[in-house]
Amino acid sequence: MKKILCLAIALLMMVMALASCTGAKNDGKKLVIGATGPLTGDNASYGISVKKGAEIAVKEINAAGGINGITFELMFEDDVCDPTNAVNAYNTLMDKGMQVSLGAVTSGACVALTEEARKDGILMITPSGSQKECTQYDNCFRICFTDPDQGTYAADFISDNNVGKKVAIIYDKSNDYSNGIYTNFVTEAGKKNLEIVTSQSYTNQSNTDFSVQLQAVKESGADLLFLPIYYADAGLILTQAAQKELNVIFFGVDGMDGIIKQMGEDKAALTEGVMLLTPFAADSSDPKVVSFVKVFKETYNNETPDQFAADGYDAIYAIAEALKYTGITDTTVADLNEKMVGAMTNITLEGVTGKMTWSADGEASKSATAVVINNSKYVAYSK
Amino acid sequence: MEFLSNLISGLSLGAIYALIALGYTMVYGIAKMLNFAHGDVIMIGAFTVLATVATAGFPWYIGIIASVIVCTVLGVTIEKIAYKPLRKANPLSVLITAIGVSYFLQSVALLIFGSGKQSFPTVIKANPIKLGSLIIQGNSVVTLIITTIIMVVLTLFINKTRLGKAMRAVSEDKDAAELMGISVNRTISLTFAIGSALAAVAGIFYGSTYGFVDPYAGAMPGIKAFVAAVFGGIGSIPGAMLGGILLGIIENLSKAYISTDLADAIVFGVLIVVLIVKPTGLLGKKIREKV
Repeated sequence: MKKILCLAIALLMMVMALASCTGAKNDGKKLVIGATGPLTGDNASYGISVKKGAEIAVKEINAAGGINGITFELMFEDDVCDPTNAVNAYNTLMDKGMQVSLGAVTSGACVALTEEARKDGILMITPSGSQKECTQYDNCFRICFTDPDQGTYAADFISDNNVGKKVAIIYDKSNDYSNGIYTNFVTEAGKKNLEIVTSQSYTNQSNTDFSVQLQAVKESGADLLFLPIYYADAGLILTQAAQKELNVIFFGVDGMDGIIKQMGEDKAALTEGVMLLTPFAADSSDPKVVSFVKVFKETYNNETPDQFAADGYDAIYAIAEALKYTGITDTTVADLNEKMVGAMTNITLEGVTGKMTWSADGEASKSATAVVINNSKYVAYSK
Repeated sequence: MEFLSNLISGLSLGAIYALIALGYTMVYGIAKMLNFAHGDVIMIGAFTVLATVATAGFPWYIGIIASVIVCTVLGVTIEKIAYKPLRKANPLSVLITAIGVSYFLQSVALLIFGSGKQSFPTVIKANPIKLGSLIIQGNSVVTLIITTIIMVVLTLFINKTRLGKAMRAVSEDKDAAELMGISVNRTISLTFAIGSALAAVAGIFYGSTYGFVDPYAGAMPGIKAFVAAVFGGIGSIPGAMLGGILLGIIENLSKAYISTDLADAIVFGVLIVVLIVKPTGLLGKKIREKV
């Protein structure tokens, strides 16, 4: 009896071992793309949006027969916005046969992944990791702006379009993303003659009560409050600013994306008129954007895609362009990584977040614009 | 005007600390244990309102009642399961158990509600009072009034009623109280029930003031309220109120005039200074040990 049991267990283990082998096996006719991002937790909106956008792109490409006969497969792991989790998720994805990585959705996690991607040599294109170091190695590229660029573009935009004259800032001192944007914003504002009337900060230990900072903003006589922070904290700031009857224009960057959902119907009125810097406006008349928004709404219960969804969508198409450029028809070739990385600086992508080309340092060149929230929808900014 | 406004927002922050500190000090005063899970009971209270009002669509008063009931039952259950078996144990074991309960509650909330900040329904509708450019939040005024009422009622309850007398007896000497026919277990359960009901009230005010809750919402205010209770004299009910309000004002003024980043360090610095200069706190009684 015991022998039979042993035999049965051994057999079972063999079958399982074989099964896991076939799971990772690739016949060369598909390209396995892996990504990590927060699908749960405080910053879940970012990860979920990127995933939705990327899935649409994959579906479209596969429906059209793939690129050079190669279809795409997307695997997405939850990293809860944490670098350690992201590295674990990346390793899981590598075990599952990942060939190209979308890196991570958020900056901190993405920087941790650049080290792993460098070791493995695979092409990594982060849709939305905006910290400078997310593209520190030659095989790392990005779709979105960098933090420093966001700070600079925001100051340029505010000054060029006369959105505000006296600017107040509240930023998160315990967050690299926020610090990076803040520093560059201040530098650029100096060049553009924007007057910064007060700079207030907080940390992740003190992100519930903003009454003192908001009072300082109110006293400073600012007409615009720049918020280079994530939407969860911005939600508290908007709520408390309304209690203080603070009358300013709120101006955020990509971290502000998600604020509409965060505030819910109950506080929807508070988001009215909030502006944010973004390369993507869902109401644009660009045919590519129109078609993307239409498909997105059909797929996801009439939801309007945000900037992160657009970044995810463009990231997949960037991979498609690169694959097309290499002319590879079998993804099991030995020099897949070298060819894919090499192709990145040679392609031009007409994406939903603008027309992009990539330089060797991994940055996409494209222009920024701002959107305003009107009736819980993003509308392109006009003077 | 800026100073006045910061003072008032400090007062409203202090009122919330005071409300939480009342529960802390009450349990400490009677049961002689630090219930570090108190802050997390507050978070559960806030989430109960959110679940009944925002998710299930009941009116606000049902939410408040549900929250008080859930927290009271939770407090008594925690006491029965986690603290009662340790009644004769080393105080350190009880303290560590309390920290364990705190993390347990956070994790449970994390599993049920997720880790994101969730919008809290407006349950307390009070119009702000405007004096020129000065705006006093209706919420803060209500919090302050309720905290004062609770403080007075609690003080009267403990000093004037039979049950209060039993509580004081238990706090002075459990064995002697038992010999006098007082049920120690029942008295301590009652203490936890009252303390947790107060936590529910604090949770409602916390949620209404800041507009959002997450599973960690109770942790930091809980610790600050503990500092407030020690500052005012732990075990003293008026002391908890005074300590809470002073702490809120100190925190906000140091944020405004010293540094936003150092405000927490200053708050905890206050705890250290108090413990060195006046270990019994502002209103704490000096208890002479009889040998």
